[in-house]
Amino acid sequence: MVPLAYYLALSAALFCLGVAGFLFKQDIITVFISIELMLNAVNLAFVAFGHALRQTDGNLFVFFVMVVAAAEAAVGLAIIIAVVRNRGTLDVDSMQQLKD
Amino acid sequence: MVAYLLITLVKCLVVLLILLTAVAYIQLAERKIVGRMQSRVGPTRVGPFGLLQPAADAIKFILKEDVTPDGAHKFLYVLAPMLAVVLALLSITVIPVGPIVHLFGITTALQITDINVGLLFILGVTSLGVYGVVLAGWSSNSKYSLLGSLRGGSQMISYELALGLALVGPVMLAGTLSLRGIVEAQAHLHWFIVPQIVAFAVYLTAAFAETNRVPFDLPDAEGELGAGYHTEYSAMKFAMFFLAEYVNMITVSCVATLVFFGGWMGPLFGPALLRALLPVLYFVAKVCCFLFLYIWVRGTLPRFRYDQLMGFGWKVMIPLALANVMVTGLVVALH
Amino acid sequence: MQLALFLVFALVAVAGGVNLLLQRHPIYSALSLVTVMGALAVEYLLLGAEFIAFIQIIVYAGAIMVLFVFVIMVLNAGEVAAPPKSRVAAFLGLPLLTALALLLLTQFTGSIGGAGLALGDPRVGPAEVGDALFHRYLLPFEVTSVLFLVGILGAVVLAARPHRPRPAAGQAPEALAENPAAAAARR
Repeated sequence: MVPLAYYLALSAALFCLGVAGFLFKQDIITVFISIELMLNAVNLAFVAFGHALRQTDGNLFVFFVMVVAAAEAAVGLAIIIAVVRNRGTLDVDSMQQLKD
Repeated sequence: MVAYLLITLVKCLVVLLILLTAVAYIQLAERKIVGRMQSRVGPTRVGPFGLLQPAADAIKFILKEDVTPDGAHKFLYVLAPMLAVVLALLSITVIPVGPIVHLFGITTALQITDINVGLLFILGVTSLGVYGVVLAGWSSNSKYSLLGSLRGGSQMISYELALGLALVGPVMLAGTLSLRGIVEAQAHLHWFIVPQIVAFAVYLTAAFAETNRVPFDLPDAEGELGAGYHTEYSAMKFAMFFLAEYVNMITVSCVATLVFFGGWMGPLFGPALLRALLPVLYFVAKVCCFLFLYIWVRGTLPRFRYDQLMGFGWKVMIPLALANVMVTGLVVALH
Repeated sequence: MQLALFLVFALVAVAGGVNLLLQRHPIYSALSLVTVMGALAVEYLLLGAEFIAFIQIIVYAGAIMVLFVFVIMVLNAGEVAAPPKSRVAAFLGLPLLTALALLLLTQFTGSIGGAGLALGDPRVGPAEVGDALFHRYLLPFEVTSVLFLVGILGAVVLAARPHRPRPAAGQAPEALAENPAAAAARR
């Protein structure tokens, strides 16, 4: 018997790690990877709640999150390829042409 | 609980032992058969008819110097072959080789574990197999390896789709994802090869591509890429890739047998002992047929070109598999 | 037993997450995330979500993350050497992050009591998911196919090189570079 709160705590911890990666990482691919980590953390919360409430909807939501994540990864990585091709760097901080 | 663990442990050991021996002798059989096909005799020197050749090879693999190339990513370079071999061995755990047996007062299934989403498990483990290839090529710090692993990665991702879709048809007919359940469904109806011949063709082709075998062996095309993703590997690390390739061949052959050819089904006759043994023998015989097919194809077909391979996968195999899913779905719905 | 399994794999997941943060090379970050995903798949199994657990492995770890690794390989991405320029993230990031973590943890552990979840009690296998998907969630399911179509088009347009007269030889590397994105989109 594992309390629901444990699953949620794990989910929260992973989500925070994802946020931290998103904030502190400099290279664009790792930033993107951190977003995936956050999505995964949310998925765990969905499944845990679905299990606690005896409903399949939690799993369905995870399914749709995965679908969206797949599409997002395809488009996002294409954008990364285009950006790196034009700019020659992965550093997110150096992408500030609008500012200069 | 303890008894259960003990039985499982024994099963794991037996399976591992059989598997390793099988790999060694499939490899010998391959050299012999391909030799015959090319008017040679194959290995004959070690032992009678070259039967001890695998042992000689094993000793050689162990004693060779283990080289790590300059500038390799050490950790990933070591990890990649281990990953390949572990994942290959993992998928064999859900393969049932026979019906549930009663032996010495113990009732047990002839498989390490029966999970009710066994087919999904195999697909999942197969999809992770890409990492072994991709990481090996990237971490070796070599052009040939990188090109080989890029080819291998995109090839495996592409054909995995066709592989999965081809299995959807039989699953719809059987109404279960458990491998044991699929075989038992074929006992009532007929072998799924009959209604699912298209799916079988797609599965077989995709399986050849998934295991990086001729005619889809572009990742380790020795004529153009050295040895592809494992160019830089030597000694036991190379042996691990080798082992993984052959275990994967056995796995996909087992799945083909289970899903399309009724697994261990076959006419039963004779005394009780023979009745108990026959299913396993049928299963092994069917799997051996597939393995022979692998070797036969290797001796026969030339290699695809890379763009042909991708075009064939995306434009022929996947639409074909999708059409099969649609037709099967319609038929199942109408019944 | 179940608690032990939960704790072990929770530990693996958190360690993977921390490692993702600490590693400097993107490929190690990507592989850490794969570890997290594997650990989460086991947690899903503990929660009885069989289908989701294996889909997690097949789609997330086996396809999406392979794509990340692919792009890292194709771009030959290494460590970013430049010093960070953004000061806002460095100064405000940590306090805000701590606040968020505390908020989430207190909310989650405080409001919901310690009701235990039995091992895989309501099992949600492929049958249940399929049933819900093709009855209650049919419209969203169909909409996702449109989303995929848009994704394919977007990925192909974005990743394709601007059209220019190509040299006769040497097309292979380009085809390789464009492949992963296109392959991803089609999933």
